[in-house]
Amino acid sequence: MNTFTPDARAALGHAGLGRRDFLKGAGALIVGFSAGGLRTAKAQFGGPSPGAPAMNRLDSWIAIGADGGVTAYSGKEELGQGIATAQAQLVAEELSVPFDRVNLIYCDTALTPDQAYTAGSQSHPANFNQNNLAQAGATAREALLQLGSKRLGVSVDQLTAADGTIRVKSDPLRAVSYGELVGGKKFNLTLNPNAKRKPVREWTVLGKPVPRPDIREMVTGQFEFVHNVRVPGMLHGKVVRPPAVGATVVSVDESSVKNVAGLVKVVVRKNFVGVVAEKAWQAIQAATQLKVTWAPGVGLPDQAGFYNHLRTLPARDALLVDSGDVDQTLAGAATVVKATYLHPYQMHGSMGSSCAVADVQGDKATLWSPTQGVWYQKSTVALLLGLKAENVHVIFRRGSGCYGLNGADTVTYDAALLSHAVGKPVRVQLSRKDEMAWENYGNAYVMDERVGLDGQGNIIAWHHESWSPSLGNRPGPGTPGNIITGYLAGFQPQAFAPRTPAPPPTGFNNNNNGVPSYVAGGVGGRSRGTGTVKSELVLTHTVESPFWTGPLRSPNRLQNTFAHECFLDELAARVKADPVEYRLRHLKDARLIEVVKEAAKAANWETRPSPQPLPRKTGVVTGRGMACVLYEGDNGYSALVAEVEVNQDTGRVTVKRLVACNDVGPVSNPDGLRNQIEGGALQGLSRALGEEVTWDSEKVTSVDWRTYHTLPMGFAVPKIEAVLLDRPDAEATGAGETSITVLAAALGNAIFDATGARLRQIPFTTERVKKALAARG
Amino acid sequence: MGFDPTLNGMSAITLKVNGRSHKLDLDPSTPLLYALSDDLALNGPKFGCGLGQCGACTVIVKGQAIRSCITPVRSVAGADITTLEGIGTADKPHPLQRAFIEEQAAQCGFCVNGVILTAKAFLDKNPKATEPEIEQALSGVLCRCFASVRMLRAIQKAGQEMAR
Ligand code: FES
Ligand code: FES
Repeated sequence: MNTFTPDARAALGHAGLGRRDFLKGAGALIVGFSAGGLRTAKAQFGGPSPGAPAMNRLDSWIAIGADGGVTAYSGKEELGQGIATAQAQLVAEELSVPFDRVNLIYCDTALTPDQAYTAGSQSHPANFNQNNLAQAGATAREALLQLGSKRLGVSVDQLTAADGTIRVKSDPLRAVSYGELVGGKKFNLTLNPNAKRKPVREWTVLGKPVPRPDIREMVTGQFEFVHNVRVPGMLHGKVVRPPAVGATVVSVDESSVKNVAGLVKVVVRKNFVGVVAEKAWQAIQAATQLKVTWAPGVGLPDQAGFYNHLRTLPARDALLVDSGDVDQTLAGAATVVKATYLHPYQMHGSMGSSCAVADVQGDKATLWSPTQGVWYQKSTVALLLGLKAENVHVIFRRGSGCYGLNGADTVTYDAALLSHAVGKPVRVQLSRKDEMAWENYGNAYVMDERVGLDGQGNIIAWHHESWSPSLGNRPGPGTPGNIITGYLAGFQPQAFAPRTPAPPPTGFNNNNNGVPSYVAGGVGGRSRGTGTVKSELVLTHTVESPFWTGPLRSPNRLQNTFAHECFLDELAARVKADPVEYRLRHLKDARLIEVVKEAAKAANWETRPSPQPLPRKTGVVTGRGMACVLYEGDNGYSALVAEVEVNQDTGRVTVKRLVACNDVGPVSNPDGLRNQIEGGALQGLSRALGEEVTWDSEKVTSVDWRTYHTLPMGFAVPKIEAVLLDRPDAEATGAGETSITVLAAALGNAIFDATGARLRQIPFTTERVKKALAARG
Repeated sequence: MGFDPTLNGMSAITLKVNGRSHKLDLDPSTPLLYALSDDLALNGPKFGCGLGQCGACTVIVKGQAIRSCITPVRSVAGADITTLEGIGTADKPHPLQRAFIEEQAAQCGFCVNGVILTAKAFLDKNPKATEPEIEQALSGVLCRCFASVRMLRAIQKAGQEMAR
């Protein structure tokens, strides 16, 4: 049975691989390859942190125990997306060992390489192409073959490697195992950029639906989440957050809790307030009972007028593309079509409120954290507590699914501050309300679309402009104030600097999918977009947000894609073209074209314009809609068809069937990918139909599952079909955000197809659906 | 009788969990969830919301799926309490647990405690349940990863086996 963190960490000792000793141990190899030429994935922000294992050393990634077991070290962690299993498959494949002989340790600042955040669908690009973990596997395999050749006295081309053993092809009994060759010793090699990867067509472990070993532990209640970390002598902490946005502490009356049994300490640091007690229930009682006098908050803008308010704020402007001729082309167009799309703040709303354990004693800290970036936790907790970063050890432990920047980082700060104050280990789990009221929400958006059509109904110019509020972000290096706890403790979020006008774009970057799929993406004399329309302008305005914001699954990309892909259907309807045909008419990227065609084919797409002919104005009607995207501009092709039923009397929308086609390069684990496509699509459905952060004049009011509306388990779950295109020769891309990015748009288009009513504001609540239906006249 | 925050008196309480009795010294108003996870170190029941809204903390008492986050220990003292650990093990999983493994019906796994135990309490009483009835029975449980397709498939599959 293979093990992943945390058990794999314990297993190191048994394998004779105490990591520190191991790094010092004698080398098995003296050969070395020239460094350089290795590609680094784009998720690397300014290179590894001080003290992190060297990215270009094989021993930073892979170790072989005396028993022949393989331990792999990764900076990309399991968050429930199945990447641990895929990484273990990768190592098994490249090294030619059985899957269950691979242990995987991820995201522990004492052990694993710094691969920045596990986020942005970057784990596959980072570790499965010609770089990092994959290249370590290939380097190790070649090194083992060389060692085997020496040991067996036979040239490398006469040898095969399988099952952790090197054999002479002509005489399979002449063999030596990996354990015999390097067991317990280090390789002492630089990653070889030229080491040959296993060709996809020869895969026996990767590409297979290998079951996740952790699911067995989870469904039997054995799995240890960060919520289950129990350190000897551990106390329990609770935080007391401000009653309103921007409220500050005037005074704290410690006598108000002196009768609470088990209370250890009331902790105040600037506007951070918390309590520590022996038991969780006691801490909750103390936190509820503690009398804190707060100065009033800053007041919040009226939610009803919020989207228009955004347009009036000082902004930081950016141009993604600007062909310089859009106004002129629009002026000469046969028709100009305009629409505005609106997207609310939404929350991660993790199933479990966030939890962390900290043990700060003297000048040293150990943190068990569900953070997506252990190395940034390390450097920012050091700032927060005034410790040296080298004295802070961060061990990733799984929390509940985060889908981006939920409360994981902030609760780790909470635990660190409280443990620091009492000098003992402290566990903190946020209350549901503290999680929901203060997390870094996914951005709200206002998006204006304006397109010019020629006499034949072709798009000749596309103008897109958006306004989006932002405050804080992930706690990157040096910014603990990017999240609520760091801010309450006295740190500032990353600075906001308005800038108008925007400078001209210098390179094409469609990371936020701000640029629609149908334009050329011309910057600096090259066209790197996926479409054909040459007259193009995309201008974004970032403004200051009253709430904390940060990445939420498919950040910005989902919002932009919602607007672009719905608007494309508005244009198709205007010229009475079939929505799929109209897409294909303006696309030039062959792989995007193919996912669109394959999704349509699998869904038995009926070619005709939307809406469906002569929709009835009452009762239940059905329709279908499509949307597509090249995620992040370069990280996974996705097209989705949604089939819906709309009850025109009640406004109720029921999705009957979803067909998702993905091209994400060679697929590591088809079942894992399907799981992501299904979950992403349904999470997208929940976000499209019900989810919206709400507030009053001073505070957030969507603070539990009664006030923040998610779809429950038993809602009418649609049939979901995933079509996976086989791309053995392409690079591996991310796949965790492909289906969620297109869901809202496909749904909006399907509702329009069924009813002729266009919804331009998320969520599509029954009230909004009814209003849009009434507006048809 | 309400909970009096000024009291916090401890009393000896016996909890019978998965067939074993434990004598604990607890404030009787303590929600059962904390006793299970902190005092008895069980990993199955989880704190999701603490408000009875999500199901993550579900345990089975007298055949009923109840929410341990809002159940004071004093109200279940002496009663038979079953947690996720109590219905099967990694080597000998309950049919529901086995079906979840076979269908790979989880992502982060934080919700599976509530999903499996809610389904078990329901299927034990309604062995012939139809698909819509199962969906209805689970309508008070959340999975924010939305592994719902697989979970419902796994429950159906296990239901057939349990009915045999
Ligand atoms: S934790 Fe008990 S119902 Fe949510
Ligand atoms: S699997 Fe993550 S909440 Fe259900």
